[in-house]
Amino acid sequence: MVAQLTSGERQLSLVVLFLLGLAGLAMGVAGRGDPIGVHGLMVLVIAAGLAFVVMASFYAPEPSPERLDHYYDDPSKVGIVLTMIWAVIGMFLGVWVASLLAWPDLTFDAGWASFGRLRPAHTSAVIFGFGGNALIATSFHVLQRTSRARLPDQFSPWFVLIGYNIFCVIAAAGYFMGVTQSKEYAEPEWYADIWLVIVWVVYFAIYLRTLARRKEPHIYVANWYYMAFILVVAILHIVNNLAVPISLGSAKSYSLFSGVQDAMTQWWYGHNAVAFFLTAGFLGMMYYYLPKRAGRPIFSYRLSIISFWGITFLYMWAGSHHLHYTALPQWVQTLGMTFSVVLLVPSWASAGNALATLNGAWHKVRDDATLRFMMVAAVFYGLTTFEGSFMAIRPVNSLSHYTDWTVGHVHAGALGWVAMITFGSIYSIVPWLWKRERMYSARLVEVHFWLALAGTIIYVFAMWNSGIIQGLMWRTYNESGTLTYSFIESLVAMHPYYIARAFGGLLFLTGAVVGSYNVWMTIRSASASLAKPTEDMPEARLSPEPAE
Amino acid sequence: MAEFFHRKLERNAIGFVVAIVAVASIGGLVEIAPLFTIDETVEDAPDMRVYTPLELAGRNIYIREGCYACHSQMIRTLRDEVERYGPYSLAVESKYDHPMLWGSKRTGPDIARLGDKYSDAWHVAHLINPRDVVPESVMPKYGWLARNALRTDDLGLHLKAMSRVGVPYTQEMIDNATNDAFGQASPDSSFAGGVTERYGEATHVRAFDGDAARLTEMDALVAYLQILGKLTDAAQPKTASAEE
Amino acid sequence: MDFSHDTLVAFSKSWGLFYLLAMAAGVLIYTFWPSNKKRFDRAKKSILDKDDKPGK
Repeated sequence: MVAQLTSGERQLSLVVLFLLGLAGLAMGVAGRGDPIGVHGLMVLVIAAGLAFVVMASFYAPEPSPERLDHYYDDPSKVGIVLTMIWAVIGMFLGVWVASLLAWPDLTFDAGWASFGRLRPAHTSAVIFGFGGNALIATSFHVLQRTSRARLPDQFSPWFVLIGYNIFCVIAAAGYFMGVTQSKEYAEPEWYADIWLVIVWVVYFAIYLRTLARRKEPHIYVANWYYMAFILVVAILHIVNNLAVPISLGSAKSYSLFSGVQDAMTQWWYGHNAVAFFLTAGFLGMMYYYLPKRAGRPIFSYRLSIISFWGITFLYMWAGSHHLHYTALPQWVQTLGMTFSVVLLVPSWASAGNALATLNGAWHKVRDDATLRFMMVAAVFYGLTTFEGSFMAIRPVNSLSHYTDWTVGHVHAGALGWVAMITFGSIYSIVPWLWKRERMYSARLVEVHFWLALAGTIIYVFAMWNSGIIQGLMWRTYNESGTLTYSFIESLVAMHPYYIARAFGGLLFLTGAVVGSYNVWMTIRSASASLAKPTEDMPEARLSPEPAE
Repeated sequence: MAEFFHRKLERNAIGFVVAIVAVASIGGLVEIAPLFTIDETVEDAPDMRVYTPLELAGRNIYIREGCYACHSQMIRTLRDEVERYGPYSLAVESKYDHPMLWGSKRTGPDIARLGDKYSDAWHVAHLINPRDVVPESVMPKYGWLARNALRTDDLGLHLKAMSRVGVPYTQEMIDNATNDAFGQASPDSSFAGGVTERYGEATHVRAFDGDAARLTEMDALVAYLQILGKLTDAAQPKTASAEE
Repeated sequence: MDFSHDTLVAFSKSWGLFYLLAMAAGVLIYTFWPSNKKRFDRAKKSILDKDDKPGK
């Protein structure tokens, strides 16, 4: 892959890796005896390793100018592989933490293996590792096709992909060492946050530069969603992570905001991370891969535009529904609740648009598990957004908040929507990118589908039950007007559901392992062995790429 | 001409970017901006004190171990919560909390008013193995807290960073941070007096983990847990007005 | 800060409302503007094009 870079790009890579290694060294020296020092050494090792890879092909012949007649897909390919690796890691951690709630001693007597440190490692690995890599890999693919333009250069996409994964590794390693800001879904400390901003700026620049060179007059709607994802995540990330480090040689920082302002900022971030990371980006995926795989244009392009602006505008107001009945001023709570309910309109418009696209192609949904992944994702998107609006209503929230219902809601979205649309897109994109007629095994896709669906349903039902029982037990009064149940009684009642949840998660993890194997075998199999054309693969005839 | 305007925007990706940022920012601005003048409207708490260096170190351990993932520190204005956990939480009570630890999930109970509810010995035993004290608990064991010595050499830097973000630590507090952390857990040492002098007579000064000679992470965490809900009395008389 | 809390709250509430209405109107006009129909139809179908190469 390095041989594909021009000699100028190879030099630039080495310079950047040198600077990165230097930064790592500086962190390692300044942060002796502090977790930031360990992080510095990790950065140094990664930079040295990558520099070694670049050096190995440094004097390879210049790539042929013919490459410019093709899209640049190498970063997407690596991104897909990384997506599957993070999926397995993140879901494994998920099953582990779920098991700890049923069997608390199923771990080691060491800080790194305790629930409180594993839990952010799980959430970050699935959201940022799995979800983020899927978004980056697919966005490069979609951006080029819909613009009919090649990526502007061959260095910056690698910078984004690798830089982003360094961020993920730093984050995960940090949690095990106890480095966290405690802001949910924004746990990484100040230096990781600054690094992510740099990566993000380059990512966004790739988008703008490619769009500037586009051959299509109109920017296809999927790109709107990807761009909203990149832009708004940048705003959220910067504002919520404003903090003062205690020194440049320490990982610890104190957030700029405190108390009620901090709570509002955090949940403005938290809710919009869901909106723009886990919704907008994946809607971009859906608006491209679903019509493509179904071989039918999106049902209503106009509706997709209206829902785009609706989602972009309305989501930002909804964060305060995480703080009902708290010390947050009531008018802010009411505003959050109102907009959360209104948000159902553009959300259902998107879900409905996706399902209506499949009208007339239901036989394909029946036969093709890949398309079925995407169909089920759209259904779960509709269900989860309905549930979300419902839970944002103050009286409902008084019952659901702080309980497992919230966890169930999040996983209905994360497993049912985000992961399913991602797997559907991956099963579409892998044969296209690697020039295969189809996946290694259609049957294994089918197996993955049923494991994922069964796992999601078991998980979500277990958490609905436990959440509602919990919420009710906490507020049950007996005849003499005192609380009936102690807290610990409500916890004991959760035990069977926690076991069921761990089992549901295990099924989902197994599906991801099966999927990874299938992806890997597809990549490894020679093109010839999968050369038989099939009907649901409209992209069968692709021009060959120059040898790498 | 909204239509013409939008077409222009879309032709030119930069304009489109500006539009997305503008449209998306409104909600956040409208909801968050007024909160920065909220000091004018929230209750005042003249008796509110800052965290001692030892309590702050304990708070950082609470953050490090991810305790906030299972314990909230925000009692809502609901009758059952007030009866179960105590007076509902006021905004002013977390005004020195950088970051806030309100939490979002109660796998374990709310602990906003945990301070002085149990003895130090109970906390130590509970943290070492929760199931020794509460057989049905699913809380993790935190045995290493009693084994690890507390890092105190950089506590002055911690207080200084906190003062930069607006917490009223005096220069004297910053200069004595390390000694105060030691003194608070060693009541018989010469450093103990300075703690009450700077942070008030009501400050807990005792060997939290039962061993005055050694300052451990357990000392810090227990000191923090014992001060939860005790930094001010502002919330105490409000019990009667809780909502249904 | 110079603004009082009440001023900011009042401004937030009213401005937010006007913004919402103006934005909704703008989006609807754009979406249903007759001359836009052709470009939307083209965009809608263009992704199904099988020519997997950058445009010239």
